[in-house]
Amino acid sequence: MGWSWWSATTSPYASWASNDLTSDSDLLARFRAGDVRALARAISLIERRDPAIREIEESLRDSGRAPGVAGFTGAPGTGKSTLVDAVVALLRKKEESVAVLATDPNSPFTGGAILGDRIRMQRHALDPKVFIRSMGARGHLGGLSLAAREAIRLLGAFGFDEVILETVGVGQSELEVATVADTTVVVLTPNLGDSVQMIKAGILEIADVFAVNKSDIEGHARVVTELRTMLNMGPKSDWKPPIIPTIATKQEGIEQVWEAVVAHRRHLESSGRAKELGEKRLRDETAEVAAELARRRARRALDEDPQLAERLLRDGTPYRTAEEILSRTDNELNDER
Amino acid sequence: MPSTAVRPVRIVVAKVGLDGHDRGVKVVARALRDAGYEVIYTGLRQTPEMVVDAALQEDAQVIGLSIHSGAHMTLFPAVIAELKRREATDIILFGGGIIPDDDITALKKKGVEQIFTPGTPLQEIVDWLRKRLPESAV
Repeated sequence: MGWSWWSATTSPYASWASNDLTSDSDLLARFRAGDVRALARAISLIERRDPAIREIEESLRDSGRAPGVAGFTGAPGTGKSTLVDAVVALLRKKEESVAVLATDPNSPFTGGAILGDRIRMQRHALDPKVFIRSMGARGHLGGLSLAAREAIRLLGAFGFDEVILETVGVGQSELEVATVADTTVVVLTPNLGDSVQMIKAGILEIADVFAVNKSDIEGHARVVTELRTMLNMGPKSDWKPPIIPTIATKQEGIEQVWEAVVAHRRHLESSGRAKELGEKRLRDETAEVAAELARRRARRALDEDPQLAERLLRDGTPYRTAEEILSRTDNELNDER
Repeated sequence: MPSTAVRPVRIVVAKVGLDGHDRGVKVVARALRDAGYEVIYTGLRQTPEMVVDAALQEDAQVIGLSIHSGAHMTLFPAVIAELKRREATDIILFGGGIIPDDDITALKKKGVEQIFTPGTPLQEIVDWLRKRLPESAV
């Protein structure tokens, strides 16, 4: 009973949401009818961890199928958005529908963000088989990976064949994406820095495919050579990440990038890794959800139980307090996600 | 629900029509970002259809248009018509640009909620949004 009561009375978004899509059945019906706005609104529910999303997800469990998920990551200015745009164009030529989830960093100070990835993807505007959604990397209580996983499920239920995740590789977000995508494409460019930068960034470990973009500018051969050397020094594995030169602005190398993604996907399937990964991810996600539930519960207990908070401040014992909170049996929290 | 759990308000800012003057819109986008909003900038030379489509996909509550080309009496109403066609008139539309007072009055009557002219302090725009969306988590 939880959520509809919740959203009608206490949601800070109640007045905003009252224009349409007010009830879960309304939103669901419109989602099923293929209304893009219902999909967009459902993703917003995920982003702000609205308990309503749980029921929606359950009802959509049997719709659609799991889409293919490819992640594109790389430093700012490497041409990720342009490359993704080119890949979208290629997939559209193959008559596949594509959803892009593009993340940009939020300000750690204000929470605000300028999400500009759409600029490079304008040619797909008004193509009903292309859906582009910008996400701020922060502001997801359960982390970006949790939000992305749920969004991917919705996009699959909506009928998208492929989902592309785009992230700026400047911190944790690209690692989180690697835990969500089936295949991670790392985008590099010439003159990004010397080979030490590559080891430092930890990008070698997450890459299933390398795209060396802007390969019409000087220094591109060196990047490829350095990369190859690095990869050969690394531990042997049964998948060797291919290195593909691209010029995204000229749509060059894009087919090869996509072929590599598909080859990696096939490799995952044939080696049994796909099944293994799927199971591991379900476990990981469950642990993440559990952590989030616990976090909420702890915050709430501290907000609502002044005695507990006082004791915590007096004794300075976060571990003991956390254990105490988690050992409480508190049924009213069942509505919370 | 703690305020940290609430997602920021999302605003699509766009330049419509044949107008390459994007300095102003970028400055406004930055001010809105600094005020804690999630700003989706869609770039130059958008059509009204593209702007509304982006706002729907992004689940934006607000659209801000920047128009310096003099075509505001065509473009604003075109965006409003598109919002109606897509059943999305709950999205707040505001704008900025070199727009004469008489036109501002006319546009407000048509459904543009607010128009800011050159020289408006950025804080005024932020204050207006805060007042317009008081329930937002900014």
